[in-house]
Amino acid sequence: MFTNETLSRIREIVSSEYVTNEPEDLYIYSRDQGVQDPHMPDCVVMPSSTEEVQEILRLASREQIPVVPMGGGLVLSGLSVPLKGGIVLDMKRMNRILEINEKSHYAVVEGGTSQGMLDAYLKKNFPHLKHSLPDAPPAATIAGNIAIHGSGHLSQSQGGFHSEMVTGLEVVLSNGDVVKLGSCSTVPYWFSRAPLPDLVGLFLGWNGTTGVITKVGIKLYPRPKLHDVLVYMTEDIDLAPEVLTRVINTETAEDINYALSPKPDYLNGFQMMVINITANSEDEMALKKKIIRDVLKDLYETKESGFMPVPPNMKTGFLEAPQKALSKFADVRRGGGFEYVGAIMPIERIPDACRAGMEITARHGITYSLGARIIGKGHCAMFFFAYPFNRVDADEVEKVKMALEDTNEASLRLGGIPWKAEVQGQQLILKQMDPGTYSLMKRIREVLDPAGIMNPGNWEVS
Amino acid sequence: MERDYIDILHRCFRCGWCKFPSNYQDFNCPAYLKYRFESFSSGGRMWLIRAWINGDVEAGHRFSQILYSCVTCKNCVEACALPYIKDKLVDVFIAARKDMVEQGTIPPQVRDYFKAISTSGNPYRLPAEQRAAWAEGLDIEPYTDQRYLLYIGDVGSYDDLGKAMARSVAMLFKKAHISFGILGNEEISDGNDVAAAGEEGLATHLAEQNIKVFSDKGIRRIITLSPHSFHVMKTVYPLHGGRFQVYHYTKILRDLMGKDLAPGQLDTTVTYHDPCYLGRWNGEYYTPRAILNAIPGLRLVEFDRNMQNSLCCGGGGSNFFTDILGTGHDLASRVRIRDAASTGAQIVAVSCPQCYRMLDDALKAEGLEEVLQVREISEIVADSLTA
Amino acid sequence: MYELVFDPELCLRCTSVDCIMRCQYISMDLDEAKREHDALVRGEKSSILSQCVTCYACEEYCPYRNHPFYHIVEQQEKLGVHPIPIPIEKSQVVMMGPRGKIQPKEVRRPVIDMCFFSIMKGGIRGKLFEGATTIEGSDIFCNLMFLHFARNSTIKERLPRMIENIMTNYLTPSGIRELICYHDECYGTYTSWAPAFGIEVPFTPVHLFDYLYHALLEVKTDIKPLNVKVAYQRPCSNRLCPETDHFVDDIFELIGAQRPRRTYEYSNALCCGGVPEAAQRFELSEELQRKNVEDMKASGAQFSVFNCPFCFWTLAGPVAKAGMIPVMMSDLCLMALGQ
Repeated sequence: MFTNETLSRIREIVSSEYVTNEPEDLYIYSRDQGVQDPHMPDCVVMPSSTEEVQEILRLASREQIPVVPMGGGLVLSGLSVPLKGGIVLDMKRMNRILEINEKSHYAVVEGGTSQGMLDAYLKKNFPHLKHSLPDAPPAATIAGNIAIHGSGHLSQSQGGFHSEMVTGLEVVLSNGDVVKLGSCSTVPYWFSRAPLPDLVGLFLGWNGTTGVITKVGIKLYPRPKLHDVLVYMTEDIDLAPEVLTRVINTETAEDINYALSPKPDYLNGFQMMVINITANSEDEMALKKKIIRDVLKDLYETKESGFMPVPPNMKTGFLEAPQKALSKFADVRRGGGFEYVGAIMPIERIPDACRAGMEITARHGITYSLGARIIGKGHCAMFFFAYPFNRVDADEVEKVKMALEDTNEASLRLGGIPWKAEVQGQQLILKQMDPGTYSLMKRIREVLDPAGIMNPGNWEVS
Repeated sequence: MERDYIDILHRCFRCGWCKFPSNYQDFNCPAYLKYRFESFSSGGRMWLIRAWINGDVEAGHRFSQILYSCVTCKNCVEACALPYIKDKLVDVFIAARKDMVEQGTIPPQVRDYFKAISTSGNPYRLPAEQRAAWAEGLDIEPYTDQRYLLYIGDVGSYDDLGKAMARSVAMLFKKAHISFGILGNEEISDGNDVAAAGEEGLATHLAEQNIKVFSDKGIRRIITLSPHSFHVMKTVYPLHGGRFQVYHYTKILRDLMGKDLAPGQLDTTVTYHDPCYLGRWNGEYYTPRAILNAIPGLRLVEFDRNMQNSLCCGGGGSNFFTDILGTGHDLASRVRIRDAASTGAQIVAVSCPQCYRMLDDALKAEGLEEVLQVREISEIVADSLTA
Repeated sequence: MYELVFDPELCLRCTSVDCIMRCQYISMDLDEAKREHDALVRGEKSSILSQCVTCYACEEYCPYRNHPFYHIVEQQEKLGVHPIPIPIEKSQVVMMGPRGKIQPKEVRRPVIDMCFFSIMKGGIRGKLFEGATTIEGSDIFCNLMFLHFARNSTIKERLPRMIENIMTNYLTPSGIRELICYHDECYGTYTSWAPAFGIEVPFTPVHLFDYLYHALLEVKTDIKPLNVKVAYQRPCSNRLCPETDHFVDDIFELIGAQRPRRTYEYSNALCCGGVPEAAQRFELSEELQRKNVEDMKASGAQFSVFNCPFCFWTLAGPVAKAGMIPVMMSDLCLMALGQ
């Protein structure tokens, strides 16, 4: 139980200016930008070191106080809202970039380092290297994003989710123990998870229920000099998987996205495949474009679909990473909010996912933006059903909540799995999950978090 | 609070773009940089003001600290992703402060700041007779019918570095035979930072007083030492009927370079710190740089975050006088000095008396006096004239 | 509905078939050209319909001013030939459609019609445009771009309303009759397309270059000769008003710009490549861009000047990469005035 004594003890661990139980601060940390209900923390703490995290977790374990780690706080589905009160561990003071290994292509950063800061650091100091940026705002953290199996602009070309790009972790367990995972556990280098038993997965996708990530090793990739975009357009909802697959198989695109939105009105009803290409020379760029165009030639020659000319002002938006325009979506309903179900699903289900999204939103009387990012070389897609809402319109917020539930169900029906799902979504997943799997999850949590203090309420059968 | 502002509070998504410069290299909102809690970001402020209006939180000590830690630097305005609300962000914060002033829920330091100006005509609680002390021995004429009034402002009149800056600018103008005079002890506060702190009544009173003095003396052209004075006289005084041609001193100085002022060789490396009230508030980025670039031998290197992305010194929005941001390693001025040192420059050039003091103090706090100097632009020009 | 003033007999009697023989993108001998051309004139299928790059040039080449290009567009639409993919066409129809948000406002001479390009308003500044009022947007948009989409019908449907909008909201209340067309696509609309379809234009359109030339004359003493070599990229829309092409040379003379000879200029001007890209003719598009830039470069030009914003967007990057400075004509004139 959290008491004044607990607060005093925390203030002995972390400089008191970075510990708060002021109602104004707790108000902000009790909610995120989505539609989930608020839950008040007892205090918010911003540690500056692994040692401070250890001390806090030891204290929390002893006193059975819930601990909710938080990165950028941008997950929208309430994963860093303290469902059962306790301590919110805001990691953003731990934002040092510890190492860039140019030859072995990895970065080691602290658990609160933002995507934007690593990107800026690389651009300035290692302009030939980059990491995979998610579409989240730059305040999103590396650790938070890998912990939820995020994906980004290199997920297609570099083979997967950001969690697959993790080369190692330093994690503080609920009892305060520090563990190093991956090559860094054995040698001073953070190059990979192999060839050791892979324990990194114990902390990826668990929504902070197994430990607090204090350091991350993440893969870096070449940053080609040139960047351009092709946009393929069709009205035929069933054509998208074919177009996407042909482009994927050329192995020339860096990032491939799909979008369908009723706004702006001139795009209503049109599917857009946004194909990002990078190259080191004009010749390479021209060749890559030609290869991609050639594989779609028989399609565009029918004039039923084709590459859209992209004027410079529109192109700037497409090439931006992260894209500010995505935050603008929150203002579609002039109400500062949107939430989405991001379902990881087979590429061939994209048309059905679109239909489901349109049907659900029509039924609930809300608007939408649908889209997908290709993950891996066509191994799956992160399909998003995004629903904007007006924060002051309680009725609309409620409709969006119901639509999200329906969308979670539809995603599972389509063979997809909701990503970073809110608690209700997690319940749906667990209901469908193989019992053996869930049993193993439970046993692992009992070992890693015997006191049950780590982000309780998540990944639990109610 | 005006309906226009209330109607946009909920439209902030709290996505956090407002915390960063355009390259995201570090936090660029001084309040957030210092406190780091989400409540101290511009988005947090928007949500809390809404919660306050809805009765979900009270305007207690923390609320006023959160509201008054905003230095009105407009980084959030520059960086916000939402076109409809971005331009109004700082206006909303100032409007909330106005309500707090009316309700008497402002921090004691802010209350003392207002009181000092009300009673002494300046935030230093120093006698008006000392206003012109900076000009002693310089043979500067009081304003009678010269072409320009040189308005010095509070910091230039009472702060040691501000006074040095005022002397330097005035001496250059004299050297270049600019026709100008000063108000001396008749000068009072410009009201800019009082307005930013939410005391609209006092700010209006100061504006009207100044306008009356200027008008009575037949003043038509004003050169200001401070970008804060420049801003309020150029954009707010006209709303009260005071229409003057207002120049920041760098504009006049730029026109003198290579003509009435012929700089000699000055082998040094300089980085220029953009003051918010000249830069983001008024879009003036190139004039000060043109002055520095006109000095032979001077190498101008840029901060990584400059111009629209400049990190404020932390002195805006009345914080220079109220010190709500306090002290610490993550104080904007200290971060700025560390950034300056990393550019390899020997001098950080400033064009605002508040920035001058803030950065000079930070230089000492960082212990970097051996590698770096903070100098005001006219002082650098003066150095080049004697070089 | 408005009908094209087109005399098929005149075409069928034509023996030179300049519209096809001079076309830079369709290669046929005279017999084939005559055969395909006559089929086109008779309203039958013709390979010309799909080969046409919609560059408007045949409007200039036709010695009889019989509107061969407008007829091609009519036939493309009638026979369902879509030069540009259908979804792009449909999307553009919505995107460029009137929003109905126009409000009356007082305008002062000179009134500059920016067409849809409010983004280019920054060029309307300085001595040449003192006191100018700009008008722009979807409610006054000439819509002539739909010639590239085989959609004369869209222009017919929208243009009368656009003209009415311009008159009722801007010109009539302010007692102004002259409208300066920033883009010569608008000028071509009002001086060529509208008369060809019998649509009355109640104001006097003025070509931007005409305006610039006369405005420069007014401030002639302020001009500091540029003394630079400037290549001009003539847009397709100028094919509708070739009588204005001489203003380029006239302006250059005034501002002291030299116009080095290039292969692709005057009546031999080459499409910038933008529209062929939209038409999915990528190799042609790249070839046209390359040819234009190489031609400019070979002429020794330091600057490349544009009238059409779309040409500018297409070629500015390649031009800059080739070491020349891309600039709009209005900006080039302002440069000569030190602005």
